[in-house]
Amino acid sequence: MKEWEIVIGIETHVQLATRAKIFSASPTAFGAGPNLQANAIDIALPGVLPVLNKTAVEFAIRFGLATGSDIAPCSIFARKNYFYPDLPKGYQISQYESPVVVGGELAIQVGKETRIVRLTRAHLEEDAGKSLHEAAGHSPRGKSGIDLNRAGTPLLEIVSEPDMRSSAEAVAYARALHALVRWIGICDGNMQEGSFRCDANVSVRPLGQRDFGTRREIKNLNSFRFLQQAIDYEVCWQIATLEDGGEIEQATVLFDADSGETRAMRSKEDAHDYRYFPDPDLLPLVIDRAWVDRIRAELPELPAAKRQRLVSDYGLSDYDAVVLTSSQEMAAYFESAVAVAGKSNAKICANWLMGELSARLNREGREIDATPLSASQLGGLVARIADGTISTPVARQVFDALCEDSGVSADEIISRRGLRQISDSDALEEIIDAVLTANRTMVDEFRAGKEKAFNALVGQAMKASKGRANPHQVNELLRRKLS
Amino acid sequence: MIASNLQQLAEALIRKTISSVELTQLYLDRIARHDHQLNAYITVDAAASLAQARWADQRLAKGEGGPLTGIPIAHKDIFCAAGWRTTCGSRMLDNFVSPYDATVIRRFAEAGAVLLGKTNMDEFAMGSSNETSFFGPVRNPWDVSCVPGGSSGGSAAAVAARLAPAATGTDTGGSIRQPAALCNLTGLKPTYGIVSRWGMIAFASSLDQAGMLAPSAADCARLLNVMAGFDERDSTSLDRPTEDYCREIDARQADKPLAGLKIGLPKQFFGAGSDPQVMRLIEAAIVDYQTLGAEIVDTSLPNMDLSVAAYYVIAPAEASSNLARFDGVRYGYRTPVYRDLNEMYSRSRAEGFGAEVKRRLLIGTYVLSHGYYDAYYLQAQRIRRLIANDFAEAFRHCDLLLGPTSPSTAFKLGAKAADPVQMYLSDIYTIAVNLAGLPGVSIPCGFADGLPVGLQLIGNYFSEARLLNAAHRYQQSNPWHLRLPPAFAE
Amino acid sequence: MSLTLEQVRRVAHLARIEISDVEASSTLGQLNEIFTLIEKMQAVDTQGIEPMAHAQEMVQRLRDDRPETTDPGQRREAFQALAPETGDGLYLVPKVIE
Repeated sequence: MKEWEIVIGIETHVQLATRAKIFSASPTAFGAGPNLQANAIDIALPGVLPVLNKTAVEFAIRFGLATGSDIAPCSIFARKNYFYPDLPKGYQISQYESPVVVGGELAIQVGKETRIVRLTRAHLEEDAGKSLHEAAGHSPRGKSGIDLNRAGTPLLEIVSEPDMRSSAEAVAYARALHALVRWIGICDGNMQEGSFRCDANVSVRPLGQRDFGTRREIKNLNSFRFLQQAIDYEVCWQIATLEDGGEIEQATVLFDADSGETRAMRSKEDAHDYRYFPDPDLLPLVIDRAWVDRIRAELPELPAAKRQRLVSDYGLSDYDAVVLTSSQEMAAYFESAVAVAGKSNAKICANWLMGELSARLNREGREIDATPLSASQLGGLVARIADGTISTPVARQVFDALCEDSGVSADEIISRRGLRQISDSDALEEIIDAVLTANRTMVDEFRAGKEKAFNALVGQAMKASKGRANPHQVNELLRRKLS
Repeated sequence: MIASNLQQLAEALIRKTISSVELTQLYLDRIARHDHQLNAYITVDAAASLAQARWADQRLAKGEGGPLTGIPIAHKDIFCAAGWRTTCGSRMLDNFVSPYDATVIRRFAEAGAVLLGKTNMDEFAMGSSNETSFFGPVRNPWDVSCVPGGSSGGSAAAVAARLAPAATGTDTGGSIRQPAALCNLTGLKPTYGIVSRWGMIAFASSLDQAGMLAPSAADCARLLNVMAGFDERDSTSLDRPTEDYCREIDARQADKPLAGLKIGLPKQFFGAGSDPQVMRLIEAAIVDYQTLGAEIVDTSLPNMDLSVAAYYVIAPAEASSNLARFDGVRYGYRTPVYRDLNEMYSRSRAEGFGAEVKRRLLIGTYVLSHGYYDAYYLQAQRIRRLIANDFAEAFRHCDLLLGPTSPSTAFKLGAKAADPVQMYLSDIYTIAVNLAGLPGVSIPCGFADGLPVGLQLIGNYFSEARLLNAAHRYQQSNPWHLRLPPAFAE
Repeated sequence: MSLTLEQVRRVAHLARIEISDVEASSTLGQLNEIFTLIEKMQAVDTQGIEPMAHAQEMVQRLRDDRPETTDPGQRREAFQALAPETGDGLYLVPKVIE
């Protein structure tokens, strides 16, 4: 049996987080009633004209700078002509021969390995509206309803080279891209609302063959899980088809999340002659160096650079650095916490952030930007753990208390509740003497050689101190007294 | 009153010799009396016009009147006007009442002008005879068996018969200048980009330009003062300092008013293609220009002969895309019987568009389609560049260019209707100007067998003030433009 | 060069214009005459000539990212009064098949 190589390229439609649409002044907010955010331009009344939104261009430039791409000094808007009810003008304004962003690359993390995916281009275009089908319960029998609220929302279509060789790599690419566009603040990343949608171009070829196989394009995958499932299904189907002696025909396919299968689309098929030509209503988009430089200067530290710095400055592992740079908010939280806790305590900060806090956020279905505990509260807590003021079990108590009250510091809770660790030998000796007197059987067992009894005695001492005793000291004192 | 020019009307309104309501009523009455012979108007709404006139009278009473306050103006039915049916001469938009104003309409309203009615036109401005309108052909007031030219034929016929003091038009390949020539009017197509295209239903976006038809060049200058200006809603609108297009016209009349002006005669305008009677009048006008002090020089536009070919690629290509929005979904005509979405589209469009529009949509779709784009569309755009370069070269040694507007006078209704190519060739002298984006004006220069003949002057970019002045000085000594068609002189 | 009947039908389909067989053949004749006129262009050597897409050498102006404030309900009502068929704020069309 042949061995097959999988080849995947991804086109991603990233909705840019502008306030108004790309060619009209309609708001872009999600969730308005049907057609309430569709103005004369969006519904393509006769005589209306487009004017380009400056922020959409700025976002495209940001993306280009963040991926080491070339920003085209002059790019052209073209019309892509086809008839579809959610396309009010009968053409989509897009960029064709000369896109605004050319080339570049994105580093992706596959397991422990970092790989580079090359980017072909990224171009600005407008989104279409939505067709709501009768099945969705929105429209009468035999009809589709058209909502043009989304029509004209700015999109950056980012096209990768066919550099991915597995669905895992495809997902890693999509994740890295998703993190990046959120990081640089050009997209809200909300996949349920369609702010980040992937089309995967999938083909297979016998291992070692130079030419690519015929590809099929899976449209509109709006979750990482669907991306993975759809590619896996498609790859199996293509290999099975070829091994049965069949041929792959170039096609656009849809992924059905319920059945987990892909199927070829019936409509749009015959309309693939898009008759692109430069839009006569829009002039060449000219971007001067000074503007690019200004945007470059305002760009935040990028995830890759930050990751490196976290490893070299704080001695974190690659894994920690990847997790902590999953979003700008996460990284900012971490760095603010470290600023309070002290640089030498960065690893403890990372552990608490990725452990206790992440677990709590997960449980509550919240993101880091809605954390119940501020970064300085966590930093203060970590500082007290590090300097031995409180023990780890007590720290959990303090953590929970801090989550309940955003106005209070770890120090205040520690002193208010008297949680300071008992390190004073006299006080400890008193506690230990009492424990020894009350547990003579255990003492005897220990003396008879049962090491387990020693641990039980430590436990009793900790319990008697309500967790405040310094466990290290308790250990030492007990050994001394029992020897 | 109907013999008054815009300046005289403005003065009469300010002196209150007449009110705007009276003036508007006078024109409404003329429309009621005469338009059945011409079919120049698609929509007249007396109540709406008179309401605007009353408002203008209030402004005039307060002494707030400007140069156009209270003056009724007819608008080509290609301009969207809020609350007005706006059809573009098409069944597709038969029931379309625009919810918004074109910038041109808004600027006139702000100037206090009265919207007198919406004029007939070739469907979607595609035509040179006004025979392609869904609302029937328009007739030429000088001979009602003849066409008025197109596509702004309704505006031309309305003004020529004085069913309006002046009217707007649009010019994509000659649609203002050619009907102006055929109806004894002055018609200006300004430099591309100085009048906003917002709200003007697009035919070929890179060529379309709004302008006006009026008896005299001085009238056109007054109208241009209102129409021209930067509009942030049109990306192709030029952001330039405001200018007074009347400034040269209003300057003192000298003995040789055009002394120092160099007028070039491109030899391609003087070939064998034109009616000899037309050419005789053009030659006579050239002598008149010399008398006015202009220097006449020979020049050439070597690629002008290719303009019709390039135009009939570029304009249909843009139109095929611009008219894709007419799909029967959000507004406009929808066929009553269809089985599915595709049938709804293709039937609505087959029934909603007329033959000429469909012909051009097919041409445009074809030249943009896969495998033909380079040979047709790109080649046409390269030829467009050559033509623009030819003009640039000519304007290195000429101030204006002069030639006929149309190779013939008005032809009989139906004479060219079955022969698209012959029809297309009637714009042979006007199309190149649109391809280059230059301003051009047609002015009356005499009559051949009782039908008007137009003279075309072409200026360099932004030379409207000079262009209109050159037209005005000619009109001062050759007042052909004051002649009225006998049947409509009363 | 001349068009074929098949090309006319294909172009009519692309342009979504229903065309009967009779219309297709009469259209074919007219289009071929027009293309004879257009073909004049092919004789011209335009190598090295930059295509001219716009009448003015201008660059795109950019709009500030400021959303408009209008009464969306009133506007939708006004717009949908123009539409052949609407329901619950949606434009209705025959079922779209994907």
